[in-house]
Order: sequence, then C-alpha cells, then structure tokens
Amino acid sequence: MNLFDHNRSLPIGSDAKLSTGWWGVLALIVTESALFAYLLFTYFYLSAQTEQQWPPEGLPSLTMPVINTIILLASSVSVWASEHYIRLKQIRWSIGLMALSIILGISFVLIQLIEWHKKPYGLTSDLYGSLYFTITGFHMCHVVIGIAVLLLLLVWLSLGYFDDRRHAAVTIGGMYWHFVDVVWLFVFATLYLFPYSDSV
Amino acid sequence: MAISDKKHNLPDNRLERVPEYGCAPTGSTAQMRLADTWECNPGWRGWFSTVDHKTIGLRYLVTAFIFLLIGGIEALIMRAQLSLPDQTLLTPEQYNQLFTMHGITMIFLYALPILSGFSNYLWPLLLGSRDMAFPRLNALSYWIFLFAGVFMYASFPLGQAPNAGWFNYVPFSGPVYNTGPNIDVFALGMVLLGISTTVGAVNFIVTLFKMRAPGMTINRVPILVWGTLTASVANLITIPAVSLAFLLLWLDRQVGTQFFDVANGGKPLLWQHLFWIFGHPWVYAIVLPAMGIVSDALPTFCRRPLVGYTAVALATMATMMFGFVVWVHHMFATGLPTVSLSIFGAASMAISIPSAVAVFAWIATIWLGRPVFKTPFLFFAGFVILFVIGGLSGVMVAAVSLNWQLNETYFIVAHLHYVLLGINVFPVIGGIYYWFPKFTGRMMNEKLGKWSFWVMFVGFNAAFFPMHIAGLLGMPRRIYTYSSHMGWDSVNMITSIGSFIFAIGILIFLVNVMISLKRGVLAGSNPWDAATLEWSISSPPPAYNFAVIPVIASRHPLWENRLNESSERSSLSEGYLLTTGHETIGTSPIDAKPQVILKMPGDSYTPFFAGLFVSLLFVGLLFHWWTFTGVMTAACCVTLILWMWPRQSLVQRAVSNAGHSSQNNSEKI
Ligand code: HEM
Ligand SMILES: [Cu+2]
Repeated sequence: MNLFDHNRSLPIGSDAKLSTGWWGVLALIVTESALFAYLLFTYFYLSAQTEQQWPPEGLPSLTMPVINTIILLASSVSVWASEHYIRLKQIRWSIGLMALSIILGISFVLIQLIEWHKKPYGLTSDLYGSLYFTITGFHMCHVVIGIAVLLLLLVWLSLGYFDDRRHAAVTIGGMYWHFVDVVWLFVFATLYLFPYSDSV
Repeated sequence: MAISDKKHNLPDNRLERVPEYGCAPTGSTAQMRLADTWECNPGWRGWFSTVDHKTIGLRYLVTAFIFLLIGGIEALIMRAQLSLPDQTLLTPEQYNQLFTMHGITMIFLYALPILSGFSNYLWPLLLGSRDMAFPRLNALSYWIFLFAGVFMYASFPLGQAPNAGWFNYVPFSGPVYNTGPNIDVFALGMVLLGISTTVGAVNFIVTLFKMRAPGMTINRVPILVWGTLTASVANLITIPAVSLAFLLLWLDRQVGTQFFDVANGGKPLLWQHLFWIFGHPWVYAIVLPAMGIVSDALPTFCRRPLVGYTAVALATMATMMFGFVVWVHHMFATGLPTVSLSIFGAASMAISIPSAVAVFAWIATIWLGRPVFKTPFLFFAGFVILFVIGGLSGVMVAAVSLNWQLNETYFIVAHLHYVLLGINVFPVIGGIYYWFPKFTGRMMNEKLGKWSFWVMFVGFNAAFFPMHIAGLLGMPRRIYTYSSHMGWDSVNMITSIGSFIFAIGILIFLVNVMISLKRGVLAGSNPWDAATLEWSISSPPPAYNFAVIPVIASRHPLWENRLNESSERSSLSEGYLLTTGHETIGTSPIDAKPQVILKMPGDSYTPFFAGLFVSLLFVGLLFHWWTFTGVMTAACCVTLILWMWPRQSLVQRAVSNAGHSSQNNSEKI
C-alpha cells in the first residue's frame, strides 16, 4: 500500500488540536452559539412588536457594563496567555495567569450582580424584564460554568498535570471561555447598545 | 519497507511511536490481546458501565422499538374510537392525551432514536474504527434518552399526560388554559431529551471527521453516514430552538415570565417560529438517515453499486439546506404577509428537487441491477413507492392556496403518515432484516419476512390512503368523534381496519425476530454478499471490531475484485494493530491520513450517574423541590469532574519523568 507511509511516527493520546476533545468543544460552541442566536432572535422578535416603553427605565447607562465588558475580554487574554506559557514551559506563569483569569471572571459576575440589583424591574414584572433577565441569566450561567472550568484547570496545572506536550484540557477549556466572552459581546450589543439605535 | 524518518533524539515512546503494522488472524497473540482489552465487564457491572457502541446501538434500537409499539397501541385505541361515528370509548380529554402522546412518542422517542441506534451500531463498523469518538458520551446520550422517555410518560397513568398536540401551541398550552402538570412534563422532558440528542449529534460529527479508517476519504463514506451527519449538524443547530421554546414556556407557566403572554405583550407566534425552526429540519433528521439505510442496503440486493453516489450525497445535504429555511410553511394559515408566504411556499416546493434526485437514483439502481427479491429488498422498494406518494401530497400542501384548504384536515394526517411511515418505518424494518445477521449472527426467516412485508404494506395503504379522502371530505384532524351525517363513516371504517392489519404485520415481524433469535440459520460474516466494511468481520462482531484497522481504497471494499474500477485494493487483513490498551487511529478530516493514535476510555460508571443526576434534576424542577434540584446539580458537577479528570492512561497528562514503567498503572476514577 502506498496510500500513506505507515512507518511514520504518530503522537499518542490527547495531543491538543488533534484530540477529539478539541473537535468536541467546537461542536459544543456551534450549538451554544445557536442557543444564544435564538435568545437574541426572541428579543428582537418581541421588541419589534412591542408597544411598551423599551427598555422600561429608558436608555441603559453604559459605564459599568462597558467596564465589565473590558474585564471579561481581559480575562480571555489572560487565559490565552496562560496557555501560551505552558507551551513555553513556564508553568508558574501559566498558573498565575490562570488565577488572574478566574479573579477577572469573578469580578465580572459580581459587577453583573450589582447591575441586576439596580434594575427597577424583575424577571416577572414585565416582558422586558423577562427578556433581560433570561438572556443575561443564560449568559451568567455560562460564565459560572466557565469559571468552574478555569478553576479545575488551575487545580490541574498546580498538580503538574500539564506540560508543553500534553495540555489539551487547557486548550479546550480555554476555547470555551473565549466563546463565553465573545457571546457576551453580542448580548451586550443587543441589550445595551441596540436601544440607542432608535434614539438617534 | 520504507525507512522511518525518525529524528535522532529518541522521542518519548509514551508520547509518540510508530504504530505496529501487520496482520492479526484469529488465534494470534495480537488478536487475543485485543479481545482481552476490549471485552467489557461481565454481569450487571458491565451492564451499567459499558461504553461499547454496539451494545449502546442495540439498546437504542430495542428501546426505540418499544416506544414504537407503545405509540402504536395508542394509535390503535384512537382508531377503535374513530371506527364508527358517535362512539364513547374515549372521552375528548383522553383522546387529546392519546394523540398528543402518540405524536410525541413517534416523533421524539421512536423516529430519531431508532436511527441513532442504527448509526451507533454501524458507524464504527462502516468507517473501520474501534469505537465512536466519545464512547462515554455515547452511553450518556442513551441513558438520558431512556430517562427522558420515562419522564415524559410519568404523568400518563395519572390521566394527566401532555394534551396540546405534539407541537404544543400556546396559548392553549400556556398557564391560563392548561393548569395541570401535563404540559410541564412535556416541556421539561423535551429539554432533557434535547441534551441527549445534542451530545449524540456532537459524537457523530466528531466521529465522522476523526475516526475513519486510513484511506477512507470523504467521498468514500457510505450514504448512511452522510444522512446521519446531515441530521446531526441540523440537530446541533436547531435543537437549541426547541429547548429554548420549551424552557421559556415552562418559565411562563411556573415562574411567571411573559414571553407568550398576550395580555402583557408576549407573542404566541413566537412559539410557532421557535418550534418550527426546529420542527421542519427535525422532520428531515428523522428521514435522511433512513434514506441512507436504503441507499446503502438496496444496492446489495440489486447486485450493483448505487447509481449516482455523489448526486445522492449532495442531495442529502441540499435537502437539509432547504430544510432550514422553510419552517414558515407550517404557519401559512396564521396571517403572515403574503410575500413571505410565497417565498416559503416556493422554497418548500424546491425541496422536492433533491428528493427527486434520490428517488431517481434508487429507481435507476433497481433498473440497472439484477434485483434479488429478498425481504429487505421488498421493504426498500415499498419505501420508494410510499415516498413518491407522500412526496406528491407534500408538494400539494406546500402550495399556499391548497394549504389553506387542507390545513388541519385528515389530508395532513395522511401526508405525514405516508412520509413518516414510508420514509422511516419501512426502511427501519427493512434495515433490521438486513443487519439482523450482523447484530445476532443469525438470519431472519424469509417466509415470515415476506408475509410481514405484504401485510404491513397492504394494511398501511388501506389505513392511510382513505385518510386523504377523509381530508378532502372536510374531516378535521384531532377530533375525538364525528356524526354519521358527515358522510365520513366508510372511510373511517376502512382506515381503522387497515390500521389493525398493519399492526398484525408488525406482530408477524416481532414473531420473526423472536424465532430467528433462537433458531435462525447461522449467518457467517457476509450472508448477503454485500460490499461495505461491516460485512468483513464476523457476525456478531468482536468487542474490538477490527483486529487490524483496515486501509480503504474504494467505496466498495468487498466488491473491488468484481467491479475492478481501479487497480488499487483495500487492505483488510493487514493494517495498524494498535494492541497497547484501548487504541484506535485518528485520521485527517478530508483525506483520512493517519494523524494520531487515539487512546479510548474503557468501561465507566460516570455516564450512567451523570445521566441519572441530570434526570433527577429535572424531576426536582417539575415538583419545585429546589433543594433537591440543587443537590442534584452538585452531584452532576462532581460526576462530570470525575469524568473529565485528566488521566495518564488516556495520555491527557504530562508524562512524569519518574519511572517509564508506571504508564500502565492507569487509575480508575
Ligand atoms: C399503526 C400505525 C399508526 C396509526 C394507526 C396511526 C394513527 C394515527 C391517528 C389516528 C392519529 C390522530 C389523528 C388526529 O386525530 O388528528 C395520528 C396522529 C399522528 N401520528 Fe400516527 N399512526 C401510526 C403510526 C405513526 C408513526 C409511525 C408516526 C411517526 C413516525 C406517527 C406520527 C403521528 C403524528 C406526528 C401525529 C399527529 C399528532 C398530533 O396531532 O399532535 N404515527 N396517528
Ligand atoms: Cu415542514
């Protein structure tokens, strides 16, 4: 057979992007993206037909949400860097950056909780409230799961499970975190920026 | 032998190696080692922990078939009620619950799961792999499917089953008009089932792209694989729509949100959009793999390859592409703007083009071949006929004007049964006849087989053809009885008689299965003299599937000498051995070049417990047991953490420098 050279040496096990897990997380991201797309579709569908004051409190204040967005994006960068340092065999840096990402992630959650608290409406008070809290709530769930994943990665890194050649879990978990962050940009644009488009 | 291009600094042989290449005939040490490694635990422990795709596939098949029988019994009760006018066998509410549960059971608990059963069992065998990409996820998907099925039936004995039809329109299914637990059971059950379907879809997609035998380039995979792949991609993209719809409905009902609440600005049509964005592609998801079964098995009985492989593969995907954008044809009568009706109507008609391509390919295959009239052939040929009839009535209802006339009449019931039984049930039964020897090592009885086909075929047409007429006579669907003044008596009587004849056909099939399991003729590895890889190994296949990973050179590895299409030959007895633990080869997505030695997980309890805890979590939600729900969520997390914990045995971790020999001390978590 000369279809391929069967004397070639092949990597064994979970080798980063050759692993099935990597493909699995990509598929997961596709389906989760679809989920958020339908959530936002629901928002636009209902807001296009509403006769209510939208959003009820008038145009949303942007300061805290923008800061929070920046925090979340920063956490993505540090997760990326954490993986990068594993490849450079600098595990300590990697651990530090992973911890930093987690702190940033938790800050996002706390600030978002304050945002929630400040809203004059709730999940069940009116249609806008139902949409706002369901959409941000869905995203919040994903952030919390993401933080749990990062925590696990931190534990595993500290236990010395990963080195420059085997760290698929970090690649995969990191990818999920990037997804959670990118989705936030869409949620943010829809809930915070889109209302401004009517007023210009 | 070529000289390997190994580097000078010796690579760590635990991180990379040249996989052994050679033969492993029966009885060789290599083969015995494989048997040892892949054999699953005996007894009940193996029962709960197995991740073998063949076992899981059979479980899917049996469970889904039981759901078919349950749904069938519900249908027969309905037909008994409708056989004569003004009957009182059922109350209106009971009738509502029966047609709803019948629809739910058939569409969600039978039609897709049974195809997942075929695909789970067959994919690794068709692709030349030792398992699916994610064996544990596969087990999880089965357990959740089973639990979701039980969940959705839980309120049935209490007389409080879902009762708003399988598409469950609001406002009738909303909190105002439907106050019992009926709809909550359906809503939560569907979200749960959605998890099962989604992880199953992920598994199929990754398996296709990573797990094909070397040389099985993307244009050499069997059509069943194309069908299931297309269905899986569609599921991945559209299941979230229906899960979301049901979750929002549940929130509306139990928490007090207002998504569908007209009084507060919610929109019932939102439900219809979200449901049908999912619903229409789903209809294709439950027929495309079944069409794949026919495309792969029919040629065996025509003694020639499928005519137009590429056209059929492309048509499969084209159908789904159209399928994404036609959901509005379920909403023609809801008062949407005419422009959108015309566009969606035209798109719906266009779908018949790829379907026609497939039909012509099958007819041409029969025409140009030398058909052997065995039982499976009869089912596949019967399928082609029913497909044409169902397709014709489909084009009719895709016309907006006719749709307005026929919507909500028995014409629709006739159409959907022609399509669903024609394109799903007939190929499925034919497929079972065809692969039964592979599943069990024994042939099914031909005589009973022919009887079962003819009884089913005649019964089916007697039952469902008159429904077209009932529809044209104006009989609405979903009515629990009718007066004899309407002039619908005889069509209904014929339909009911036909239904029972069809049921007898299914019964004959079941008797055949029972008898053949015990006394069927021993099959051997390739009883039909078929062309594809699954027939190259013994029946039933060994736990490790392939003693050596084959190298594939064509679409018909077992017919190469006969067809002589090129000088290349597949190598079935010589290939990668991979006997160091659970291993198989990972190849590149398009041209299937070997890329990596994949370490596969062995038996594990985690899928069972993960499935159990998730399901209990939903039970908690149903009863508003919040603490219980919280505990189950925590239990789920713990199980998943154990599941994901990186292991040395799967080479997910850095290889420790302390002691090369410790690599086989795989920890069992
Ligand atoms: C013995 C075979 C079967 C018989 C006699 C039968 C009979 C019926 C009857 C009497 C109805 C209710 C019609 C109405 O009142 O509107 C119905 C509805 C339905 N059937 Fe079947 N059926 C059979 C098999 C199947 C199969 C195999 C499938 C799917 C794979 C299926 C899918 C459906 C669906 C989706 C509905 C609509 C339920 C609804 O209105 O919500 N049926 N069938
Ligand atoms: Cu449709």
